[in-house]
Amino acid sequence: MAPPMEGSSHLQPSENVVLDLAADQSWGERNRAAWRDVCDGLAQWRLVWTLAWLDIRLKYRGSVLGPFWLTISTGAMVAAMGILYAVLFRLELRDYIPYLGLSLVLWGFVGALVSDACGAFTTNQGMIRSVRMPFTLYAARIVVRNLIILGHNAVVVVVVNLVLWTWPPAGVAWLALPGMVLWLAVSLSLALLLGALCARLHDIPPIVANVMQMAFFLSAVIWKPEQLDDRQWMLALNPFFCLLEVVRGPLFGTPPSLLVVGCALGYSAVLFAITWLVFVRVRGRIAFWL
Amino acid sequence: MTSSIDVEGLSLSFPLYHGNARSLKKTVLSTVTGRMAADNRNRVVVEALRDVNLALRPGDRLALVGGNGAGKTTLLRAMAGIYEPVAGRVRVQGSLNALVDPHLGMNPELTGRENIMLRGMYLGLDKKAIEGLAEDVAAFAELTDFLDLPVRIYSSGMIVRLGFALATSVQPQVLLMDEWFLAGDAGFMEKARVRLENLVRGVEILVLSSHATDVVLQWCTRALWMDQGRVRADGPPAEVLSAYLGHPVQLSEWAQQRMATTGSDPGEAG
Repeated sequence: MAPPMEGSSHLQPSENVVLDLAADQSWGERNRAAWRDVCDGLAQWRLVWTLAWLDIRLKYRGSVLGPFWLTISTGAMVAAMGILYAVLFRLELRDYIPYLGLSLVLWGFVGALVSDACGAFTTNQGMIRSVRMPFTLYAARIVVRNLIILGHNAVVVVVVNLVLWTWPPAGVAWLALPGMVLWLAVSLSLALLLGALCARLHDIPPIVANVMQMAFFLSAVIWKPEQLDDRQWMLALNPFFCLLEVVRGPLFGTPPSLLVVGCALGYSAVLFAITWLVFVRVRGRIAFWL
Repeated sequence: MTSSIDVEGLSLSFPLYHGNARSLKKTVLSTVTGRMAADNRNRVVVEALRDVNLALRPGDRLALVGGNGAGKTTLLRAMAGIYEPVAGRVRVQGSLNALVDPHLGMNPELTGRENIMLRGMYLGLDKKAIEGLAEDVAAFAELTDFLDLPVRIYSSGMIVRLGFALATSVQPQVLLMDEWFLAGDAGFMEKARVRLENLVRGVEILVLSSHATDVVLQWCTRALWMDQGRVRADGPPAEVLSAYLGHPVQLSEWAQQRMATTGSDPGEAG
């Protein structure tokens, strides 16, 4: 055994590692490795939380208002766009502004999450190439970082509701909770999928940016589904709308229809399946692509 | 649990996806013969490691020698589980620390203390251990007043000391170390050497990639000569180094004196 240390206090790593990596793994072994990656990544939630907070703190270090700049810019955006579109669409301000505020805040999360997801692994290449860490850790960091931003932006929704006194009925609003849980799973899944695809194919990020811009206009963020009259059913074809609606609907006091909820669950299931297939297949290759 | 490293028939190849693979293939093939190949789907790949076999048990101190691009660092990374095998198998038992990147995860915008805390968390240490880590590192790196300032404003010497202190603050069973670790400014070198020797003495298995003859002869019990991703020779350090360098090798007078006076020989323990 090692002689005692002289003058230095070396720490012992907390746990023993057994690393067993082989090429030509069976599908079952790959599945287990991917599952372990997800479990290990989520078990590191303390580290994920710290990394996400540091991301935000770093961005606003030295600024007086810090992350509340996000809140202010979102608030200004809601006020400006709210008044403009209320005039353009001939909508009542007291009805439209709370809707737009909620929509923009929630879409802000979706948009930022998807664009960050593209860099989930490429922006961490230094780390990935120097220490073995579960890939889920990097994906979870992006989800948590954007959740923290969403928390700051949520102040806008509260202020709007305070000023206009347009609170949704509590009996409906709590339905947004299961919607948020679905969002968390979908976000993690997107970060893993897009992170891996973008590391391999450098053409994906611009495509994603284009799709998200289109989705912003097609997903009833700044306009209301009612404005489609009898063609509202077409919105169910849009995964972004269905997923947005499961959280936005209850918070606006209009619970989503069963069709929309069913579609949201269906699209999520498809996304989970694709993510799992891709992640199981490429997890061991990501480090080679960076 | 006893530590061990088993590498069986390990091959690693890096696919070249980006840029014009065809023209790249032609140019590189004509310059570097033998390293490029096409895999079964006709993609151009760089073969970084080819059929490497090796088994290490407690007490083994292995040196990896070879020219630049011979696959030494890639082999270290493969043993650390960063690159998963394309063919073959890697099995490592025991707590492991790989010192491959001098600035591993160090963020220049964060303060010294935040960087230390993050590293502690990456290592899976609990809160109390992280406090111990911060004290140990701050004392060794002589940061005192700078600990709560961003690393960005540190002098380059301070950054080197911080990186070194962080990397050497945890005692693993298996230590994988790249040669950058042996570089440093002269004033700091002696202090760093003592700390590094302490660390090396405490590990069960050491794998060191190095060009420094003295270090290899002094610390290692076995050497592996890597050439173009293959193992060209495997044996006692003096023999392998002589074959690699093309002339007989021995410890420099300085190193011999040093060993005689300090009795410092990290290779003896284990």
